[in-house]
Amino acid sequence: MRETIAEPIDPEDERIEVGIAIVGAGPAGLACAIRLGQLLEEQPERAKRLGDVPVAVIEKAKQPGAHALSGAVVNPRSLRQLFDGRRRLAEMPFFGEVREESVYLLTRHNALRIPAPPTMRNHGNYVASLSRLCRWLAEEAEAAGAMILPETSATKLLVADGRVRGIRTGDRGRGRQGEPLANFEPGSDVIARVTILCEGTQGHLTGVAIDRFGLAGENPQVWALGVKEVWRVARPLDRVIHTMGWPLRSSPKYREFGGSFIYPLGDDMITLGMVVGLDYRDANLSVHDLLQELKTHPLVRELLEGGERLEWGAKTIPEGGFVALPNRLHAPGVLVCGDGAGFVNVPALKGIHYAVESGRLAAEAAFAALGRGMTPWAPGALAGYDEAVRSSFIWKDLEEVRNMRQAFGHGFWRGGALAGVMTASKGHLPPGNARTERDADQELIFSGRASDYPAPDGRLTFDKLSSVFASGNKTRDDQPNHIRVQTRVPLVLGHAWERMCPAQVYETQSAGSDGLVSVQVTPSNCVQCGAISAKGGRLTPPEGGSGPEYSLT
Amino acid sequence: MKVAVCVKHVPEAQALRLDPATKRLDRSGEGTLNGFDANAIEEALRIKDAAGDGEVVLVSLGPEKAIDSLRKGLAMGADRAILVSDAAAAGSDLVATSAVLAKALERETPDLVLFGQQAGDSDGAVLWAAVADRLRRPLVSQAAELTVSDGSVRAKRQTEFGYDVIEAPLPAVVAVSDAINEPRYPSLKGIMGAKKKPQETLDASALGLDGALGEQGSKTEVYTINDPPPRGDTRKIEDTAGAPQQIVEFLAEKRLL
Amino acid sequence: MSTLVFLEHHEGAFVKNALGVLAKAASLGDDAHSVVVGSGVRDLAATGGKFGASTVLVADDQQLAAPLPQPRVDVLAKLVRDRGYDTVLFGQSVLAADVAAGLAARLDAGLNWDLVDLVNEDGRLVGKRPALQDSVHVDVGWKGEPRLALFRSGVFDPAETGREAQIEDVEVELEDFSTGATMVEQAHAESEGPSIEDADIIVAGGRGLGAPENFKLCEELAQALGGAVAATRAVVDAGWYPYSAQVGQTGKAVSPKLYVAVGISGAIQHKVGMQSSQTIVAINKDPNAPIFEFADLAVVGDLHEIVPELTQLVKERRG
Repeated sequence: MRETIAEPIDPEDERIEVGIAIVGAGPAGLACAIRLGQLLEEQPERAKRLGDVPVAVIEKAKQPGAHALSGAVVNPRSLRQLFDGRRRLAEMPFFGEVREESVYLLTRHNALRIPAPPTMRNHGNYVASLSRLCRWLAEEAEAAGAMILPETSATKLLVADGRVRGIRTGDRGRGRQGEPLANFEPGSDVIARVTILCEGTQGHLTGVAIDRFGLAGENPQVWALGVKEVWRVARPLDRVIHTMGWPLRSSPKYREFGGSFIYPLGDDMITLGMVVGLDYRDANLSVHDLLQELKTHPLVRELLEGGERLEWGAKTIPEGGFVALPNRLHAPGVLVCGDGAGFVNVPALKGIHYAVESGRLAAEAAFAALGRGMTPWAPGALAGYDEAVRSSFIWKDLEEVRNMRQAFGHGFWRGGALAGVMTASKGHLPPGNARTERDADQELIFSGRASDYPAPDGRLTFDKLSSVFASGNKTRDDQPNHIRVQTRVPLVLGHAWERMCPAQVYETQSAGSDGLVSVQVTPSNCVQCGAISAKGGRLTPPEGGSGPEYSLT
Repeated sequence: MKVAVCVKHVPEAQALRLDPATKRLDRSGEGTLNGFDANAIEEALRIKDAAGDGEVVLVSLGPEKAIDSLRKGLAMGADRAILVSDAAAAGSDLVATSAVLAKALERETPDLVLFGQQAGDSDGAVLWAAVADRLRRPLVSQAAELTVSDGSVRAKRQTEFGYDVIEAPLPAVVAVSDAINEPRYPSLKGIMGAKKKPQETLDASALGLDGALGEQGSKTEVYTINDPPPRGDTRKIEDTAGAPQQIVEFLAEKRLL
Repeated sequence: MSTLVFLEHHEGAFVKNALGVLAKAASLGDDAHSVVVGSGVRDLAATGGKFGASTVLVADDQQLAAPLPQPRVDVLAKLVRDRGYDTVLFGQSVLAADVAAGLAARLDAGLNWDLVDLVNEDGRLVGKRPALQDSVHVDVGWKGEPRLALFRSGVFDPAETGREAQIEDVEVELEDFSTGATMVEQAHAESEGPSIEDADIIVAGGRGLGAPENFKLCEELAQALGGAVAATRAVVDAGWYPYSAQVGQTGKAVSPKLYVAVGISGAIQHKVGMQSSQTIVAINKDPNAPIFEFADLAVVGDLHEIVPELTQLVKERRG
């Protein structure tokens, strides 16, 4: 715990004081910063009370967008509401409105077109690169007065007197053993009146805050791992495509829930990805390799013919939905937003617009708590945020689809039938709430599926190291290992990690007589997807600026 | 003591591309501070720290967004930044670039001008010599160690044959090698304070230059961009016993022995 | 075309790279003149004809004793102005690069560097050079004269022609600022091997070595070849070799004449640090190792048997 929570230690004159500290320059954090900028412009006296830096956004990537990854097809309602006429959709860096869409059930050689489930209709939505969208949102946030601090990781939550005082940023310039190097620069205490955590999936301080303040709901969060690529293509794709079925197996014994997406990014690029729930049972399952396998399907191969891979990336997606939400989204001095809170509508594959909306609502709640004579960290001062979220479409949407993901734990066909019932009844049937089980608690088995993974040919299919390269990852090697994981584990678990990790961070050595294997960790490969945190380890933020440099994901 | 550091905003490594239309580097995408220039900024800051006072000024020729790279230098601790940005300067070669930088530097009359080891985009390691000639100042390049005292500099210069020790009176121009230091990380306070430090953007007319920049003022040009010649077939040896002899013959053939 | 070649010398002998450039200049037709700058260099200069120069100009002066660039800019600038050379050629070196660039500024003349060839095409002089980590090749040219060119190390071989050149002494006039920098202590041959950035030959070891002790194989081979030792990220991570020897995306980028990759698979993170090496020899027991796709000589076999014997044969060959 001491690694992640502390009281402020810097002397007064070395502390950095900001008005509101937002952790994460993703869609939630930037929407929050933008809304705060609007509110502060309307009420400049309140701005004065927030000091020299009223709004600071702390981002661990090299720049906003460099760690942002999604499909994505975005519901524009939140962005419209956020900008409220100040900016039109046409000014936002989208790749066009969704025109056509198709859903396919794949087998090894065929693609059966099936009607799009009602939760998956994307009429009126826009195709986007989240990375590019965040770069644009960051410019808007800066124009609105926010100070964005990239290459800065937030490693500790500063808690004193029962409230969140701010965050501590990570040290830079430590060697592999933690020893200070010649250019060692210690982190700083950033003190804020309100801290808003918008860290995305597996948010580091979000998890810390949930533990520390008892915010967890009844059900543990569960995740899926998404691995995607961006390709330049010879022929434009005219529709948004989702697939189910192959290469995932439908039997409940395997628990393989997920599918793929293929979206056009304008006329000359395509983005495609494979998403699989991390509650799968087969230790030989590798989402990266399933994506490579998917590309060999005739439907997909044809789309990519004559093209060239531009970028690759991976990230986890919280999939617990409504039943896994925290029971409270605030604590004294802190608010939790976006994917970090679990605001993802799994059947619709949507989370970005919830992130934006939650960031906007967090801004309003924080702003309201900063009125004259008010103490923003007094108990209940930020309760308005919870109320606002519960009355918003975030809550309504998630409640409606609350049991759908869990139904697929019963296998694809039964799950599909259940999903149909849920949709038709707008979530009233079946009644009650399903439960979730921790991904790490799933029993692991071995199957022979690895023999189906295609050997990388360097043109259509690729190995993991080439993919890590294509993520722009140039992480400095001699820094401390940021992944907290046991390095002697049962063979099946070590093997599962080796396959699971899309960036080849974990490699097992041969098993000892005790049935345990040594796991070698190469942290500089890590693209911070978060999968290890779902499966028994824990990802913490590395040195600021490390990790991928996405631009089109 | 005033130390000026010439820095460059270069395209991100993976975004390095030639624009087939202009045959020049495509500078439209994301860019970053040339890594080697960080060594020069660091050295300037060390000189200032050692002296107890002085000023470190960053000078750059580039597009408007080069100001981001200059801010990184300010975040490290530099005091001021000057960006010469003019559409007419796009595509400047060595002759044109050195003319612009020399004019900007003359305006500042620094005691010492520092350069980094090379430009990450063009792999050019020549700019300082051209600037030193235009400024008519003594030059030391490839400095792996630098000491400043009493109106002169002493440097350990890295050459193919080992290290020379060279002295030069100030004002002088020195290009530092990346072996000279480990650039510091900016502190959070530094990053936050960078925007407030003085930043000036000048165009060509402010420097009294006309026609001496961009393609017009350049004396070299790019005719065509081609694929590299194929590496040639890979010769394969699959027999361990005979391999050493065959390798030696191969090396001899290539005159590598 | 009237060409002047900067004939660099070191410790009483011409620098091989400069001689290669001279041979190239001679092959382009017309007479190639060369200039030798230094102190006490007349005897050396007299041998310049042997390597293709028709005329060797000698700038011999005490003030030119140290290999510093700025006085050489003065000498060459005067020669170009007085004698009208339209082309001045240099072989890459720390000294030559500074001279060429200083001269470019002095004469407002175009300088193209890192060239690997120079040809006459359609009535104009075209330089050829790799760019963007050797991923493209560009044809470059000059506007106006003189045309200055700096050639990559080792692209041309010296050619002995056995002729006698005309030797001519030239007057030396130096600017005040050119003599500001002074040599306190001149470099002498390094006792240790070259650093990997400067080395012409590199022997690099990877995980295929099996154990840290086996780096000895690379060290002995490197010593026999007169090169430096490098390592991949994987073995540096594992603590087998120091970080200063790491070649790759997050280590050093090198482009030596010869890169011998021992037990290295050739993942792209390593490849981008060494792919512009002139000749790549890869030794690996895995026939599918990616490195074999871009090596010039692919040796599929057991490095533990091959490398020691190779080292022995190299020692014998080099005598």
